[in-house]
Amino acid sequence: MTDIKSKDQNPFFSLEEIDSEREVKWRETLRLFCANRPALFGFLFIIVFIFVGIFGSILVPADPFEMVAVPLTSPGVGTLFGSDYLGRDVFVGIVHGTKATMIIATTATLVTVFIGITVGALAGYYGGIIDNILMRITEFFQVLPPLVFAMVIVAVFSSDILVVILAIAVTTWTTEARLTRAEFLKIKEQDYVTASRAIGDRDRRIIARIILPNAMPPIIIAITLRVGITIIYEAALSFLGLTDPDIITWGKMIGQSRDYFFDAWWTVTFPGVAILLIVLCIALIGDGLNDALNPKLRGR
Amino acid sequence: MMQAVIQRVFLGIVLILGVIVLNFFLLQAAPGDVVDAMLAEAGGGDPELAARLRQSYGLDQPVYIQLIKYLGQVCIGDLGYSFYYDEPVATLILSHLPTTLMLTLSALILAVLFGTLFGVYAAIKPKGFFSNFVTVFSLFGYATPVFWLGMIVLLVFALYLPWFPAFGIRSIPEPDHPFDRALDIIHHLVLPTFTLAVLFLANYSRISRASMLDVLGADYIRTARTKGLSEPKVILKHALKNASLPVVTLAGLQLAQVFSGAVLVETVFSLPGVGPLLYESIVRRDFPVILGVLFGAATTTIVANIITDLVYKWMDPRIQSIT
Amino acid sequence: MISEATEFDPNNILTVKDLSVDFDVKGQSINILSKVNFGLKRGETVGIIGESGCGKSMTALALLRMVPSPPGKISNGEIFLNKKDIMSLSKREINRVRGREISMIFQEPMTALNPVYSIGNQLVETIQQHKPIDRASAMEEAIELLRSVQIPAPEKRISEYPYQLSGGMRQRIMIAMALVCNPQVLIADEPTTALDVTVQAQIFDLLKKIQNKNKTSIILITHDFGAVSEMADRVIVMYAGFKIEEGTLEEIRNSPIHPYTKGLLGSMLELKTDSAGFRERLPEIRGSVPDLLNRQAGCPFGPRCESATTRCLQMPPTFDLGDNRSVMCWLVENGEN
Repeated sequence: MTDIKSKDQNPFFSLEEIDSEREVKWRETLRLFCANRPALFGFLFIIVFIFVGIFGSILVPADPFEMVAVPLTSPGVGTLFGSDYLGRDVFVGIVHGTKATMIIATTATLVTVFIGITVGALAGYYGGIIDNILMRITEFFQVLPPLVFAMVIVAVFSSDILVVILAIAVTTWTTEARLTRAEFLKIKEQDYVTASRAIGDRDRRIIARIILPNAMPPIIIAITLRVGITIIYEAALSFLGLTDPDIITWGKMIGQSRDYFFDAWWTVTFPGVAILLIVLCIALIGDGLNDALNPKLRGR
Repeated sequence: MMQAVIQRVFLGIVLILGVIVLNFFLLQAAPGDVVDAMLAEAGGGDPELAARLRQSYGLDQPVYIQLIKYLGQVCIGDLGYSFYYDEPVATLILSHLPTTLMLTLSALILAVLFGTLFGVYAAIKPKGFFSNFVTVFSLFGYATPVFWLGMIVLLVFALYLPWFPAFGIRSIPEPDHPFDRALDIIHHLVLPTFTLAVLFLANYSRISRASMLDVLGADYIRTARTKGLSEPKVILKHALKNASLPVVTLAGLQLAQVFSGAVLVETVFSLPGVGPLLYESIVRRDFPVILGVLFGAATTTIVANIITDLVYKWMDPRIQSIT
Repeated sequence: MISEATEFDPNNILTVKDLSVDFDVKGQSINILSKVNFGLKRGETVGIIGESGCGKSMTALALLRMVPSPPGKISNGEIFLNKKDIMSLSKREINRVRGREISMIFQEPMTALNPVYSIGNQLVETIQQHKPIDRASAMEEAIELLRSVQIPAPEKRISEYPYQLSGGMRQRIMIAMALVCNPQVLIADEPTTALDVTVQAQIFDLLKKIQNKNKTSIILITHDFGAVSEMADRVIVMYAGFKIEEGTLEEIRNSPIHPYTKGLLGSMLELKTDSAGFRERLPEIRGSVPDLLNRQAGCPFGPRCESATTRCLQMPPTFDLGDNRSVMCWLVENGEN
C-alpha cells in the first residue's frame, strides 16, 4: 500500500533514473533471451552463417562461376551438393552466396529501417498536417505490390546492386513507418516527455534521445524480422534474374536452375534450404526477443 | 456510412491518380520511348523518321503536357501499346487477369479461412499439440521462400508422385465437356494455390491465435459466460467476431503481398497469368506492359482495400472515421 | 467456540462451505482461496471487502463455477443455492443457473459489453437464452428492462453500440442484463469503481430499488468501505484468500476485532485535524499483500500485524462468535477484546 508504484505517472521522476531503469530492463531482456533455447540456437547458427559469409571465400577458394564437373552431377564425393546445368559446384555457390545474401540483406534492411523510422518518428511526433501528408505518402507506397514495384524499378533503372538495395527499401519501409508512428504516438503522451519539453529540450533531442530509445523494443523485433523478410525478398528478385549478373546469390542459383530442376533436384533444394535455415534462425531470434521484451505475452 | 464510403472512394481515386503520375515518370526515366520500341520492332529506321514519329506522338512537347495527355489516356483505359505482342496493354493485361485473380482469391480465401480456424482452435487449447504446431508452422511459413516451396511441391507432387500436372492451366488437348474442362483447370490450380495459400495461412493462424487469446481474456467474454451462454456460443458469437478483426485488417494490408507472391508462383508453375507476362516483359524491356501491370496491381489493391475497410466497418461499429 | 464450518442454515438462499481455489503456476499449486464459509439470506446484501488480490473476485467467480481453468480450479468446498448443489451440476445445468438464478455485474462497464454487438442484440440474446420467446417479444422485453433501469429513450438506445454510451449508462445496461430472469442472487463485482461519484450513488440507488422490489440477495464485492456502508447489511473482510472477519455492518464499523480490519477502517476514515490544526497523517497498514507463491506458516497477516505474538506463527482458526459473527485471530481466544 505504501510502496510507490507511480514511477510511470510521476512527472518529476528524473530522466537519469529512467535511463538506468532502462539499462536494468535491457539486462533482464538479455537474461530472458539467453534462457530461451531456440532463440539462443538461432543466434549461434547465425554466427556460423556470418563466419561463412566472411571467411567462406578463403576457406573454399574455388570460383563459384567455374565449371568443375559434368553438368548436373548428383551430390557426392567430388561435388558435395552436386553441380548445376553448367557444371558449377552448388556447394561452392552456396558458400560464396552467403556473403552477397548477407550484405544485401543487412544494407537493404538498414536503409528500409532508416526511411521507416524517420518517416514514422516525424509523423508521430509532429502530428497534424505533417502526419497527414506523411501517412498519405505511406498509404500510397502501401498499395504498390512490393515485388512488382521493385521489379519495375530494377527494370527501369538497372540491376546494379545499389539499385536492387534501394528498390527493396523503397518498396517495404511502410511497415516500420507505421509501427514507429504508433509507438511515438503512445510515448509522446508520457509524462517524462512532457517534463523534457517543459525544461526546454529541443524537438530533435526529444525525438532521438527521449522517445526513440523508449520506442525501441517493438522496433527491434520488427527490424530482426525485417532482415529475414529482406533475405527472402532479395532471393525472389534474384530468382527472377533481377540482380547484379556478377554476383552469385542463392536466389539466382535457384532461378537459373528453373528449367533443369526436374532432372536435378539438388540444384534448387540446397540453396533453398540455405535460405530457409538462415531465415528460420532469424525468426527464432525474433521470437526470443519478443518473449524477452514482452514477458507477459509469452507464447503468443 | 454513405459519407464514409464516398470519402474512402475519393481517397482511392487520389491514390490511383498518384499511381498514374508515378507511372508516367517511370516511363520517362526508362531507357527508350514508344518510337524506339516501334522502330526496333520494325527492324530499325532513320533518325528523320524517328523525329517525325515523335512529333506525331507528341513526344516533343513539354513534360507537363505529356503528363496531362497520359493522365487522360489512362483515364479512358488506354495503358499504351505493346509492339511486341502487337496488342493494347489493357487488353493484354485483361486477358491474363482471370488466372491471376483465380489464384490470388482462392489462395487468400483458403488462407484466411483455415488460418482463422487453426488459430482459434489453438487458442482454445493453448497448451495442446495443435498450439505448438501453429507456432512451428508459422515459423516455417515466415522462413520459406514461396518460389522455392513451389518448386519443392512440384518435385514431390508432380514428379515423384505424379498426382498433379506440373505446368500450365489446361491440359493439351483440352477435354470436350465444359464440366471436365473446369475440373481440368481446378486440377492445374491445386498445387499453385496450395503453395501460395500455405505460407499466408501460417501467418494468419499465428495472428488469429494471438488475437483469440487476447479476446478470450476480455471482460465481455466473462460477461457472456455469466449470462449462461453455452461455450460454443461464447466462442462462435462473442469471441470469433472480435478475434477475426485483426485478420481482416491483415488480409487487406497483405493483398499487395499476396499479389507479389502470385507473380512468383505463376512464374514457377508457368501459369498464363499476369506474373509471367510481367516477367517476360521485363526481360524484353517492354515498358508499357510493365507499367500497365504495376498500374493494374495498384488499382486492384486500392479497390480491395476499400472493400476491406468497408467489411471492417461493418464488423466493428466502433470505427467511425477512416484511419 | 471453534466451528469447522457454518451450519447449514435453512434461511440461507446461498451457502458456501469450505470453498478453496487453487491456481497452478509453473507446476506449483497456489492457494488463492482458503476454506471460505459464508451464507446469504433472501433480500440481504453482503459486502465482501479486501485489497486487490485477496480473493474476493475469485469467490464471486467460483460461485458460478467460472474460475479460469487452466490454471485455476476449485479444489475443495460446497456451494448450495437453496438446496441445489452447484458443484455437482453438469455444464448444461450450470448454464441454466448462470444469468437465471445467479447473475453478475462487473467493475468495467467499458469492457464488459461486447463492442461489436448492439445493446439490443446482447440483451435479446440473454433473454432468449433463458426464455422460449421469439425475437420480437424479446426485443419488447429488452426495452422494458432498459426502462426499469431508468435508461431514457430505451427504444433508441437499444440499437446503439456500447461505445456510444457513457460508463454509468453501460453499467445500467449490465444491470438490466443481469435482471433478465429476476435472479435470486446478484453478484456485483466492484460495480461502481470505474464510475464518477455522482453516478456511483445513482447505481447504488438503482440496486437498492431492485432489491426492494424483487427481494434479490446481493453480494457486493469492493475494496471501498464507503460502498459497503452504503449498501451492505453484513460485511465479510478478506485477506490473502482467507475470510478473516465477518459481522453486521455496525459490528464491523464500530467494533472491528481483527487488526487488519481495524487497519483497513483506519486508512479509510475521514482525515482528522490535530490540536494544532494540522491534518493527521493517514494511518496505513505497513508492508504489502503477501506473496501467495511463498506463503509463510502461521497467520497470513502476521508479518504486517502490529499485535503479532509468537502465537501467530500458528495458523489461527476461525472463532465463531455466534450470529454470523466470526474472526480469524488469536486475539479473540485470549479475550483481549
